[in-house]
Amino acid sequence: MTYIVGILIVVFLGLTILVVSRLQNVLKGVDAGSEDSSKPEGNSWNAWMFMAFLVLSFVGFIWSYYSAEKDFLPEASSIHGRRTDDLFWFSMAILTIAFFIVNFLIFYFSWKYQYKKGNKATFYPENHKLELIWTVIPAIVMALLVFTGWKAWSDITSDAPKDSEVFEIMGKQFGWYVRYPGVDNNKLGNYNYKLIDSQNEMGLDLSDENSFDDFISVSELHVPVDKPVLLKIRARDVLHSVFIPHMRVKMDAVPGMPTKFWFIPDKTTAEMRAELGNSSFDYEIACTEVCGRGHFAMRLRLIVEDEASYRKWCAEQKTFLETYPEYLAKVPDNLKPKAMKYMPEAAPSDSTTAQTTGIGTTASFR
Amino acid sequence: MSAVETGIHADVQHEEHVHHDPLNFWRKYVFSEDHKIIAKQYLITGIFWAMIGIAMSVVFRLQLGFPQADISWLRPVLGQWIDEAGKLDPNFYLALVTMHGTIMVFFVLTAGLSGTFSNFLIPLQIGARDMASGFLNMLSYWFFFTASVIMFASLFLQTGPAAGGWVVYPPLSALPQAHEGSGMGMTLWLISMALFIVSQLLGGINYITTVINLRTRGMTFSRLPLTIWAFLITAILGLISFPVLLSAALLLIFDRHFGTSFYLSEIYIGGEALPNVGGSPILFQHLFWFLGHPEVYIVLLPALGITSEIIATNSRKPIFGYRAMIASMLGIAFLAFIVWAHHMFVTGMNPFLGSVFMFLTLIIAVPSAVKAFNYITTLWKGNIIFTPAMLFSIGLVSFFVTGGLTGIILGNSALDIQLHDTYFVVAHFHIVMGAASAFGLFAGVYHWFPKMFGRMMNYRMGQIHFWLTFIGIYLVFFPMHYIGIAGFPRRYYQFTSFDFGKSFTDLNMFITIAAVLSFLAQFIFVWNFFYSIFKGKKATQNPWNSNTLEWTAPINPGHGNWEGDIPAVYRWSYDYSKPGSAQDFIPQNIPYSQTPESNLPHENEQIAMEAEIEAQNFNDQFKNAH
Ligand code: HEM
Ligand SMILES: [Cu+2]
Ligand SMILES: [Cu+2]
Repeated sequence: MTYIVGILIVVFLGLTILVVSRLQNVLKGVDAGSEDSSKPEGNSWNAWMFMAFLVLSFVGFIWSYYSAEKDFLPEASSIHGRRTDDLFWFSMAILTIAFFIVNFLIFYFSWKYQYKKGNKATFYPENHKLELIWTVIPAIVMALLVFTGWKAWSDITSDAPKDSEVFEIMGKQFGWYVRYPGVDNNKLGNYNYKLIDSQNEMGLDLSDENSFDDFISVSELHVPVDKPVLLKIRARDVLHSVFIPHMRVKMDAVPGMPTKFWFIPDKTTAEMRAELGNSSFDYEIACTEVCGRGHFAMRLRLIVEDEASYRKWCAEQKTFLETYPEYLAKVPDNLKPKAMKYMPEAAPSDSTTAQTTGIGTTASFR
Repeated sequence: MSAVETGIHADVQHEEHVHHDPLNFWRKYVFSEDHKIIAKQYLITGIFWAMIGIAMSVVFRLQLGFPQADISWLRPVLGQWIDEAGKLDPNFYLALVTMHGTIMVFFVLTAGLSGTFSNFLIPLQIGARDMASGFLNMLSYWFFFTASVIMFASLFLQTGPAAGGWVVYPPLSALPQAHEGSGMGMTLWLISMALFIVSQLLGGINYITTVINLRTRGMTFSRLPLTIWAFLITAILGLISFPVLLSAALLLIFDRHFGTSFYLSEIYIGGEALPNVGGSPILFQHLFWFLGHPEVYIVLLPALGITSEIIATNSRKPIFGYRAMIASMLGIAFLAFIVWAHHMFVTGMNPFLGSVFMFLTLIIAVPSAVKAFNYITTLWKGNIIFTPAMLFSIGLVSFFVTGGLTGIILGNSALDIQLHDTYFVVAHFHIVMGAASAFGLFAGVYHWFPKMFGRMMNYRMGQIHFWLTFIGIYLVFFPMHYIGIAGFPRRYYQFTSFDFGKSFTDLNMFITIAAVLSFLAQFIFVWNFFYSIFKGKKATQNPWNSNTLEWTAPINPGHGNWEGDIPAVYRWSYDYSKPGSAQDFIPQNIPYSQTPESNLPHENEQIAMEAEIEAQNFNDQFKNAH
């Protein structure tokens, strides 16, 4: 980010010097010559306005950039995120140069070549060499940008490493459900949207033994630091989109078409709190695909912690079966013994009290 | 109208066709088949919609800039949409965003811009009596009018108008139980858009046919003004892409009302699992953006065409690189069809597809850059007159560049991960499409007002209108880049539900204030426009000393545009400040034989062709039997 700033300052200084020297020439000219009446109405003040606009808007640009910068997101907390950040600021630097040059020429020419009596415009209908040059230069710059972007994109979207921690995140109006693969087999069980009901909100398929140790959370996603995290993303009603601003992660959640995104978070929530000097800082997950009334408030906390405390937290969670023991009825008979392991100690299979305890850490689901 | 073969002896036999019976009021001003009246109908409908569309944006900007404010004072207008606490209803916020987008993109910048100027300028600039089919042209407007009435009516529904964003992605838009706006409001939206598309197709067919068939003697394609090139290419884009949107809408209607599953699969909503399986919401996005991306150029190209004409005229210079301008428009038009999925990088489509679309998208920046450079070179060493139209054209070029550059960032799929659906995108497309095309519209109105109404708009007021709007738009949309870089998502009712959304409250307030001021500045234009229709200074024959044919027609052209013969055309429309010529413009209808002092060597050779050009007379619709 510092080099873009440097470039801006250089460009800006150069331009101011140029403009000031030009203005002086013209001011002299204005004093000497007299305004002629055949001049088109308001022509000179409009020309001057372009100059004023040029100078003021460049100053405004630089000033506003600096005052906005402090509110930009902090450096990305994921490995690919820092790479795209670098790429973004690199592209921005190139484009900002183009932005300044081209806008400068538009306004400067407008002012410089304003109507003057007795002047005749230059009949200049084409110049193939010039046109070739300014076709080729953007093409080369584009090629550079495409290439760097394409490399980053292919790496980011490549298959997740085998040892990734897998999580399932499901969007619904208006909140998120997160499913963890559990402490024992580290595999997510099957699901089926037809199995969804007011307790089994994610449609867990209990005929699949992998789902027995799965547990669900609706207020936060805990992930270990420095390990690849694979999010399996789906939606159960309309489109949503998982957006983790600090991780530079975004992927739509589509009903009927599971999607995925993997990344490596490498800064824990605690580290980030210390870095920002903000003890209440939290990573957040937001929805960025309009999904209805509550779209703007689909907040989920993301907690990045070291492996040990992550494992500890997982071990404390109640499995789905533990929370809703009555779902034991859905488990096929041959798997029941296995499922019993995940039942509460005294397993009343028709308990109604279980419902009031709610799922997992349902602390603050709206 | 079809009897080309009878045209040879037509001039003797059908003189009387010039004298039509006087039309009654309804046929003359309401159900008119005259392209000039239809153009004005489009323009005034467009202005009406623009005022509504922009007013809506001011309301939701108030919500974003001043989320705590009590806006009960808006209750007389918004009624039940303001709750007891004086706050805007979140559902209605989404409805406003949706309607604003739909209205501005389709009703203002497609119908209002292309409808007005394609209709008005094509016959006048190519030297035709009227459109190829006046009747279809009339139908086109009235389909648009009906679409407008239906969309307008939807604003007054108890459940509100459509509210799923202007892109109306299903399943949200397909399931009435998912959202208030997906009920009757969405039904009306779909009906209205279907009619709108029909209107666009009728119009487009007409524009294309007219340009191809009804050019006057000597008006070859290489002599067509760039305005006409732009309208022609726009019409072709529309003709190819709008039917795709129609089919997308039809399938959505089927899903909504007839139980099909084109876009629906595995949905559990409102306490029940729906039976639909096998559909794909992504299919809709592909279909939508197959229109949607060309649509952004449908909106922009006419503005660029208008700008080419105005910049050349008021720089008193030929447009630089006439052929390159046409080539880049053709290039843009072609590429516009194969970049649509850059709107869908993070929908979960195959990443390889993402790579391909990133590559194609960034190619489109090259012809766009060529256009910008050519405009700038046209200004270079000109003798520039800052008519209001010229000011708006210069502003357009600046917007086109500023907004186009951020497109290069967004077209990079790796960077789009973070920026997609944030305010960065909002900034990008408002500058490059919204503002640039609106400036094209303003420029066109200021420039051709004398031809439309025989009077001049107030010059000084136009200049002030320009500066307020130009500065206002930069103040509104430039800061949105910052907000987008900070990750603020678009279509959010408020940002304070998130910690990362707690910054920039000042900046949001600032943007809102700038938006309100820019909105107020538009009343200068509205007043100037309507006042000048009745009280403006009388226009002269050729107020801007321009070369194109429309300025050879009477100041108030009647039915058929020219009295007597349609002028023949001998040269391109950009002979401004030609060396050797005493005056700094040579209209297209002046033969080279009359301007020996300024002819270039190869132009002297064209003198021999003049007799040939004059001998042709196939295209006068009045002289051919009809
Ligand atoms: C240099 C050329 C351009 C490139 C590379 C480009 C690229 C893009 C990309 C990649 C997006 C999607 C961003 C996202 O949703 O994440 C986008 C959005 C958009 N662009 Fe461009 N663009 C360019 C020029 C234009 C022009 C000339 C127009 C209009 C005349 C335009 C209008 C739009 C609109 C309307 C959207 C947003 C639609 C929406 O999501 O609601 N762009 N552009
Ligand atoms: Cu959402
Ligand atoms: Cu696009």
